Amino acid sequence: MVKNKGTTPLAFDEMINADSSPRQPYSTYHEWYASQDRNRLIAKSKEAENIFRKTGITFAVYGHADSSEKLIPFDLIPRIISGREWRKLAQGIEQRVIALNAFLDDIYHKQEIIRAGRVPRELIEKNVAFLPQMIGFRPPGGVYTHIVGTDIVRTGEDQFYVLEDNARTPSGVSYMLENRETMMQMFPELFHQNRVRPVENYPYLLRQSLASLAPPGCSGKPRVAVLTPGIYNSAFYEHAFLADQMGVELVEGSDLRVIDGKVKMRTTRGYEAIDVLYRRVDDDFLDPLTFRPDSALGIPGIMDVYRAGNITIANAPGTGISDDKAIYSYMPEIVEFYTGRKPLLENVPTWRCSEPQSLKYVLEHLEELVVKEVHGSGGYGMLVGPTATRKERAAFAEKLKSRPTNYIAQPTLSLSTVPILVNKGIAPRHVDLRPYVLVSDKVQIIPGGLTRVALKAGSLVVNSSQGGGTKDTWVLED
Amino acid sequence: MLGRTANGLYWMFRYIERAENSARLIDAGLRMSLTRSEAAEDDWDGVLQSAGVRELYDEVHDKLTSIDAIDFLLRDRANPSSVMSCIEAGRHNARMVRTALTRETWEATNECYLEMKVMLAKKARPADMPEIIDSIKRRAGLIRGAFHGTMLRNEIFNFSRIGTFIERADNTARILDVKYYVLLPAVAAVGSSMDNVQWESILRSVSAHRAYGWVYDAELRPANIADFLISNGRMPRSLAYCYEKIASNLGYLEREYGERHAAHETADRTLASLRSQSIKDIMDQGLHEYLEEFISHNNRLGQEISDGYRFY
Repeated sequence: MVKNKGTTPLAFDEMINADSSPRQPYSTYHEWYASQDRNRLIAKSKEAENIFRKTGITFAVYGHADSSEKLIPFDLIPRIISGREWRKLAQGIEQRVIALNAFLDDIYHKQEIIRAGRVPRELIEKNVAFLPQMIGFRPPGGVYTHIVGTDIVRTGEDQFYVLEDNARTPSGVSYMLENRETMMQMFPELFHQNRVRPVENYPYLLRQSLASLAPPGCSGKPRVAVLTPGIYNSAFYEHAFLADQMGVELVEGSDLRVIDGKVKMRTTRGYEAIDVLYRRVDDDFLDPLTFRPDSALGIPGIMDVYRAGNITIANAPGTGISDDKAIYSYMPEIVEFYTGRKPLLENVPTWRCSEPQSLKYVLEHLEELVVKEVHGSGGYGMLVGPTATRKERAAFAEKLKSRPTNYIAQPTLSLSTVPILVNKGIAPRHVDLRPYVLVSDKVQIIPGGLTRVALKAGSLVVNSSQGGGTKDTWVLED
Repeated sequence: MLGRTANGLYWMFRYIERAENSARLIDAGLRMSLTRSEAAEDDWDGVLQSAGVRELYDEVHDKLTSIDAIDFLLRDRANPSSVMSCIEAGRHNARMVRTALTRETWEATNECYLEMKVMLAKKARPADMPEIIDSIKRRAGLIRGAFHGTMLRNEIFNFSRIGTFIERADNTARILDVKYYVLLPAVAAVGSSMDNVQWESILRSVSAHRAYGWVYDAELRPANIADFLISNGRMPRSLAYCYEKIASNLGYLEREYGERHAAHETADRTLASLRSQSIKDIMDQGLHEYLEEFISHNNRLGQEISDGYRFY
């Protein structure tokens, strides 16, 4: 019998039931695991680390000068989702992504949702992520969020919540692909025994999806490029990986220039036009003529080319307004407003600290809540009430009182666990899930995604910048 | 291809070539100090000069010692031509252009960096030197092997090769230039054992002491050494060989792009003169002057390539 070492009371374990029997999606894997020699698995785990280091699958942690390149720990026990569970999730995600695009189109055009009184006007128009430059402009194909990474957490057999929508530039998809590659290299037999849906065609689908949204000014075969802030960016590996896998150029701002109303890249033969730019730089840095004048990462004049219909920018500038954490709390209304149906996936209940009643509640219940910055990401600047010290909570309360509009709070969810390999066997650790969604004239959800796992016992913070790891994520064919 | 990518490839291979050459220079220096009884500081002076970092050394150190010189050439980040600096810079460029490299080439480069970072984390003990030098040469060899075995023969390959040979030509010319006086006919007439050590060290700096014996006779003669390193088209580190390769790789680019630049003229002209001039002419004209001019033309060629193919 395989047992989890140590328990996390109350948390739902996705692999092993309370009576130590395996949950159904894991039954085949569980049998395989029980027959494995532990030392061999530990050796495989080292081997995986070597593969990652050798390949250079690293990320940079800002503010760590000496350790500029780090590996994200990879745990070799897969996270397994049944076909039935996945279908339910996929429907909910699709509904949500459709609503996000409709919402963006609306707030940059007629603003019906504001007029209907469902979302407060100041929340949109005073939001730094709202770009006035996008008002009245419709991106090619009407698509704003070409790539979405919806963060999902689970608390029980049938209990899923959307934690964040990540509609700007969701990262991590290279880990989804490399994790699968590594698992297939190390344990080919597992892929004979389990019918795991493939994720490998993601780069192909991404390229197709991007090319299908070429701008009106594109004649001939659309030329796609990936725009990176450069080698020092924390996700540079992923940018290079995606460009490579798609077979397109990886460009930096300094390679690009606006010539004759087109965005062109400097090649060894001269300047050549780009039709679709998958940009991995933030809105602020995209065009120094329109946004931050001090940006050296962007392309002066690209916004004019964009508005003239001569380039597609993915994701569209100004999409950040839709994954803002304050907007997030309105998502149930937003989904219902645009799709006419109740949301299939639940939101985590959210207190907007900008509202005095909520602020009062949050301050009184800090030890139970997770408090996040409205514009924060990567697990920075947040307070996890239950695990914070009294002193940390007191300090955070002061920040909250001085800038309440900057924060939202949510209950501490008891995230589901999936076991990880530890020296003495396996032990449950909290996980989340980020499936990747491609939007063109259709919505494609890659069956799988990135499972992030907190490596410390009891920890709920899964972010890689805070010491989290990843797992291969299997969606079973059934 | 992006101009920036061509630039990255060119420099990636220049740095890897330089790392290997720095290791070779250290090797030759070590060898020389083994065969001599008196203090070997003078030998290191020559090695630092060959590496083009003699003045830089003085900025960092008060006096010249063999221990400091080796460390400076091997792992000092203040020396941009130290083995470790070059490996880091080479790998940095490789990371930037990794979409242009095969997985094998990238991994060989990355593994070279990872191994040398550990190996050169601390000041090397003299006893460890043979192993260190060996590792550097082996790692550089693995990169070269992966590159030759897996890369498509296209523009990516051409820019990489051009970087390798521009760097190699520069290195060989510098090594010769620093030692030109030991090759001068007047001095050579002496033929003492001291000269033999010096001549052998030149050949060792370019890993050619055995090949020399195959091509010429076993006796070391200054004119033959100079001929071997300048004009011999079969010697892979000679100036003539480097320019054969530079010219042919530029030729591929010319045919593929249908475009000729100033760089093509310069490379062809240099190659023609390397083919036509005899070593006697060169020695008569003045070896030092000849090499100085060669190094400056070689630099100019680098600049012309960068301009012609829009590296910046």
